[in-house]
Amino acid sequence: MAERRGDINRRLLPWPLAVPAAVGVAFLLLPLIGLIVRAPWSALPSILTDRDVLAALRLSLISATIATGVSMAVGVPLAWALARVRVKGISALRALVTLPLVLPPVVGGVALLLALGRRGLVGQYLDQWFGITFPFTTAGVVLAETFVAMPFLIITVEGAFRSADRGLEEAATTLGASRLTVFRRVTLPLVAPSLVAGGVLCWARALGEFGATITFAGNFPGVTQTMPLKVYLALETNPDGAVALSLVLLAVSVLVLAGLRDRWLRPGTPL
Amino acid sequence: MRATAALITALAFTVAGCRGSSSGGGGSSSGDNITGTINVFAASSLTESFTTLGKQFEHDHPGTKVVFNFGPSSGLSEQITQGAPADVFASASTSSMDDVVGAGDASNPTDFAKNNMEIAVPPANPGHVTSVSDLAKSGTKVAVCQAEVPCGVAAAQVFTNAKLTVKPVTEEVDVKSVLAKVQLGEVDAGVVYVTDVRAAGDKVKGITIPASVNATATYPIAALSHSSHSATAQAFVDYVLSSAGTSVLSAAGFLGP
Repeated sequence: MAERRGDINRRLLPWPLAVPAAVGVAFLLLPLIGLIVRAPWSALPSILTDRDVLAALRLSLISATIATGVSMAVGVPLAWALARVRVKGISALRALVTLPLVLPPVVGGVALLLALGRRGLVGQYLDQWFGITFPFTTAGVVLAETFVAMPFLIITVEGAFRSADRGLEEAATTLGASRLTVFRRVTLPLVAPSLVAGGVLCWARALGEFGATITFAGNFPGVTQTMPLKVYLALETNPDGAVALSLVLLAVSVLVLAGLRDRWLRPGTPL
Repeated sequence: MRATAALITALAFTVAGCRGSSSGGGGSSSGDNITGTINVFAASSLTESFTTLGKQFEHDHPGTKVVFNFGPSSGLSEQITQGAPADVFASASTSSMDDVVGAGDASNPTDFAKNNMEIAVPPANPGHVTSVSDLAKSGTKVAVCQAEVPCGVAAAQVFTNAKLTVKPVTEEVDVKSVLAKVQLGEVDAGVVYVTDVRAAGDKVKGITIPASVNATATYPIAALSHSSHSATAQAFVDYVLSSAGTSVLSAAGFLGP
């Protein structure tokens, strides 16, 4: 790797930078250490094999995976459009579709209710015409997670589309490939690493989703109660259980980071 | 840089202020020293009535400020036993109060109100709910509080009393979340307190639960032992128990203890 060059600078960090940096490290790591130290290790096996806990974990994994699939199906073409289409207003559109990145998830949940709830802007017709309602269903969980997590995928993949080598695409076109073939056979493989990184990031965000889910999809064990909801609710009555569940989510997060360390966490990777 | 310095100074003063007042409070706990800000942790079903009581209390005792933290009683008791800076706890169940007393954070709680359950439906009543037994019909979407909070316990009690198996579509965090789902029309019915139906005005319609199957929640209140404004905290508790307090509570639909 080309990171050797930085070694000289790195060895001598002046103390006005080193002290706040150390404070930053302590601040970020201390809560995690607290979680690990206070974990009810001996009770862990029984807590983690509890039927409700397994149901929540299963639901979380399934809904996050579907949400990632939906995000891929819709988000990748959207990212391509945002990166390549040159019309007025495209940057405003980009800002709008990535708004959920900065929007409080609870607000996202309220907005989803008003749009897709049983009385919502679109939801009332879905209910009247097709008998489809999303709140209090697993599909509602997936929608809430997709709403919050898809922008992470879009923004990652869009950056890759933008910086992908256009020369290769042009070469393929001159050799007679259709635009769709070029997209499928040239552009997508070029951005594959970002696709993976964005997908994992999207999945992790969906797995951790809380606010939009509890607001839009409600809370019922086995149907809409995902792990983060379970953690929050367990804290009130069974703090040990909440800590144990948190450990599981922490472990998943660490695995995700470990999987991403080369692709996403390389220093200087633009967002 | 200057802003940071100012912030640090402010923090230092705050810390010093807390220490000073807590030791002062210990010295003159007998209490004509009714001033300062108190944090009142109260069950979410008390939102409207306690907000009114807080304003009246501040008006009667200039120099005081009452800050509320409304939420599920079980969650509030957990926050208090974890060291949240609360001065008064008003719970919608004796068991949540018992947790706080058991942890040594309060002593001698007093019951100040009772509350019955009622069914709240959207004004148009899309699920055609007219009685408790309608809640057990398949296709009727029902919201209740989760089993850990008092309103969830009371709702389960009602179903047991009426010998019904109700399968709710959601178990909400607290009673106000149940009410919100009813107001939004996302569910056909929600089991809430009588006082919540009254507080919601014409945004929901109430369906009375007969006394023979109804459940009652008892509300205890206590000033907390670690309060840094114990005189003010006790004065607020006394105010809730006074005739002025009782009249606000009964206007909201609460029953006497």
